[in-house]
Amino acid sequence: MRRVAITGLGAICALGRNVAEVAESLRQGRSGIAPIESTDTSQVRFRNGAEVHGYTHKGYFEDRQADFIDRFAQFAVIAAREAVACAGVVWTPELRETAAIVTGSCVGGKCTEDDGFRDVYKLALNRVHPLTIPKTMANAGASHISMEFGITGPSFTISTACSSSAHAIGQAFWMVRNGMTDLALAGGSEAPFSYGLLKAWEAMRVVSPETCRPFSKDRRGMILGEGAGMLVLEPLDVALARGARVHAELVGFGMSADACHITQPSGEGAAKAMRAALRDGGLAPESIGYVNAHGTGTLANDATETAALHAVFGAHAAKLAVSSTKSMHGHALGAAAALECVATALALRDGVLPPTANYSVPDPECDLDVIPNQARQAQVEFAISNSFAFGGLNAVLALRRA
Amino acid sequence: MSDDLIERVRKSIASSKRIPLETVTIDSDFQQLGIDSMDAVEILFALENEFDINIPDDEVRSVRGVRDMCAGVEKLLAAKAAAAEAQAGQ
Repeated sequence: MRRVAITGLGAICALGRNVAEVAESLRQGRSGIAPIESTDTSQVRFRNGAEVHGYTHKGYFEDRQADFIDRFAQFAVIAAREAVACAGVVWTPELRETAAIVTGSCVGGKCTEDDGFRDVYKLALNRVHPLTIPKTMANAGASHISMEFGITGPSFTISTACSSSAHAIGQAFWMVRNGMTDLALAGGSEAPFSYGLLKAWEAMRVVSPETCRPFSKDRRGMILGEGAGMLVLEPLDVALARGARVHAELVGFGMSADACHITQPSGEGAAKAMRAALRDGGLAPESIGYVNAHGTGTLANDATETAALHAVFGAHAAKLAVSSTKSMHGHALGAAAALECVATALALRDGVLPPTANYSVPDPECDLDVIPNQARQAQVEFAISNSFAFGGLNAVLALRRA
Repeated sequence: MSDDLIERVRKSIASSKRIPLETVTIDSDFQQLGIDSMDAVEILFALENEFDINIPDDEVRSVRGVRDMCAGVEKLLAAKAAAAEAQAGQ
């Protein structure tokens, strides 16, 4: 089995339009949560979200090109461009033929879908825009990335709700590790701020009416986010041979299903996925220094995740630094794990652990070192990034400092 | 609390959870009826539709059974009637 290097990072989210901006926000513990601008929320019970503030396609895509690409897929392409540039990929015909693309998306082009369905249901028009299908499909991100770079290798999209991009990155990691491809672009993107979807989240009663306070006793729910995170993965020896910068190594991936409830999280399922990731990477629990938690800020998730961390790490749980960066970039659903994997790689690379922002009151049910509000300087050798989806489908990535 | 209100709340719960109406009494608690968090969210949705009210999250946090739920609905209906009256009086 080959070792797998992360040689390229790309990100766009409420914390910034590129990795440098995102890294700076994470270091400052600056939350990107603000009143939602792109959709009218006057009839919605919550007002705040983590949007890519003021985003338009201008400067990223020609008008005619943008006509074909929903916001969520635009984010995927933007982050992929940055990751590829960051990695300094030297494209050869052979590399384009064999490179893989694996993206995650939970809801696809929801804004496009909403617009089209508003036309037929509300405005009683008799036709929907002909690009509704190609803009809405969840694989559009992967497709547009393939066209952007002329990549013709294995390319597909995984949709496992809030774990989508962790499953995508994990799958790509295994493909590189097993020699199926010498380069993979992996990550996820999401743009969930459509009115219909906001109403659906409202009905679930899990979105905070104020901000997102993971692990804090006064937490009142999650905050939706949008954006994309993308990684370039290569065999470590290939990366080193061509003199590429290695930001971190991916060393383990674990998955599980709760087989329990369609929305309530299960500590057992979460623990099983963490153990599987450690086993896959040949890691002792005591070697882990940082956990980028799923940490949605709902009452149920944070307590359950804490219990699962205690179950997996035992006494070492007291020494773990754990934070939820969702407190800053929001819950970007299918892009969440990719953004969090980028945040974890940055933490290992830069020796700065991102904080849990908006933390105010300790909760005995979340008795972890959650790096409250202030980033922390620390050289950590190994970290994991947790993702536990609605539907009980869990995915955990393990990373190593380069 | 009127019998009519209790009846409508019981029916909303029974039809959401798909259990026989007679199993839902004014004294039933949700745990006893096997109502989990997602069931509860569906029941709130049914009640909002049935009574044309908005049930804020903060109002339901302490609700554990049918009697609490009926009392909560009654309170929200009274607030709605008062608001309508205030508007009519303007």
